[in-house]
Amino acid sequence: MPASTPTLMNDRRLETIIGRLLQIGVLVAATTVLAGGILYLVQSHSGRVDYRSFAPGSPHLLLLSGIVRSSIHFESLGLIQFGLLLLIATPVARVALAVIGFALERDRLYTVVSLIVLLILAFSLIYVT
Amino acid sequence: MTALDFTGAVWILSFLAGFLGALTGLGGGVVVIPALTLALGVNIKYAIGASLVSVIATSSGAAAAYVREGFSNIRIGMFLEIATTLGAILGAFLAGRVGTHALAIIFGLVLIPAAIQSFRGTGSSDQPVASDALARRLRLGSSYPVDRKLQEYGVRNVPAGFGLMFGAGTLSGLLGIGSGAVKVIAMDRVMRIPFKVSTTTSNFMIGVTAAASAGIYLSRGFIDPRVAMPVMLGVLAGALLGAKVLVHAPVRMLRIVFSIVILALAIEMIVNGITGRI
Repeated sequence: MPASTPTLMNDRRLETIIGRLLQIGVLVAATTVLAGGILYLVQSHSGRVDYRSFAPGSPHLLLLSGIVRSSIHFESLGLIQFGLLLLIATPVARVALAVIGFALERDRLYTVVSLIVLLILAFSLIYVT
Repeated sequence: MTALDFTGAVWILSFLAGFLGALTGLGGGVVVIPALTLALGVNIKYAIGASLVSVIATSSGAAAAYVREGFSNIRIGMFLEIATTLGAILGAFLAGRVGTHALAIIFGLVLIPAAIQSFRGTGSSDQPVASDALARRLRLGSSYPVDRKLQEYGVRNVPAGFGLMFGAGTLSGLLGIGSGAVKVIAMDRVMRIPFKVSTTTSNFMIGVTAAASAGIYLSRGFIDPRVAMPVMLGVLAGALLGAKVLVHAPVRMLRIVFSIVILALAIEMIVNGITGRI
C-alpha cells in the first residue's frame, strides 16, 4: 500500500503483526503442553494405557472452568488441556486482531466480514463454557 | 502398552507425519490419523481430536513465515473463512453422530483426491485473470511478488468457491484434518487465484477453520490430553523442521512417494472401516 495512505494500518503490516502474535501464542501453548506432558510422564509413565474404545472423559477436562481449576492445581492432564486451549485461542485472537486492524484501515466491509467470523468462532467456543 | 511407550511411539509417528506434511504441503493430519488408528489401535475419535489440535499448531506456527513471503491474501482468507468456519461447526456436530466405521471409510475416500492433488503438485494455471463483478465489489484481487516484481491478479467465481469452502470446512470438522487440498482446489482451480497465493492463504485459513470445531471437539471428549499432547508436540516439531529443509528437499520425488503412501493408507482405512476393524 502506498505511503500516502492516511490510515494507521495497512494489510501488510497487519499481517506481519498477526503472524508474529500467532507464533508467540503457539510457543506459549506448546511450552504449557510440554510441561503438563513431562509431569504426566513422571507421575504415570508405567501405567497401562488403551485407547481402543471411546468414552468422553470427566468434565474437569472437557470444560473451561474445570480445565482452569485443575491446571491451577498443577494437575498434569489439566495443564495439557490448558495449553491446548491456549493453542485454540491463537486463531481466535488472529481474527479479533483482524477486526481491529480493518477498523483502523477504515475498511468497513472487511471489519464486518471479520466480525462475522469472530461471532461464528464464539458460537462454537460456547460449548466449552 | 505403558504410558511412556505409547507417548514415545505417538511422538515419533507424529514427528514424521508433520515433517512429511510440511514438505508436501498436505499437512500432518492425513498421516497422523491412519497411523494412530492402524498402527497403535487408537480409537478414530481420539485420533481425529488430536489431529485437529496439531492442525491449529502447524497453521499458526507457520503463519509468520508465509506473511514474510508476501503471498497470502488476508481479505480472500477472511471472506472465505465465513464459509469454512460454518462448515467446520456442521462437521464437528456430524462427527459426534457418525459411527467410527463410517468415519474411517469417509476418511479413506477423502484421502484419495488429496493423494492425487499431491501427486500433481502444481496448480492449473499461473496466468492471472481479471476479477469478475462480485470479486471487484469484495475487493478480493491483489498482487504478489513474481521475480521481484509485483504481479496483479484477479478473482472469479466467488459463489462456487465459497460453496466449495463450506464443504472443505465440513470435512475439516468431521475428520479433524486441515483439508488444505480442497481449499487449494477451490481457490486455484475454481476462483483462478494464483497457486502460490492459494496455498499460503489456505494455510492461513486452516487454523481458524479448525478452531471453529475445536470447542465442540473438546466438550465432546474427542481431545484426550494423553493422546493430543504427543501428537501436537510431534507434528509441530516435524512441521518446523520440514519448513526449514523445504528449500533443499527433492520435493517432486517426495510428493510422488507421499501420494503413494497416502493412497495405501486410504485403501487400508476403507478396508478396515468396511470389515469393522476400526
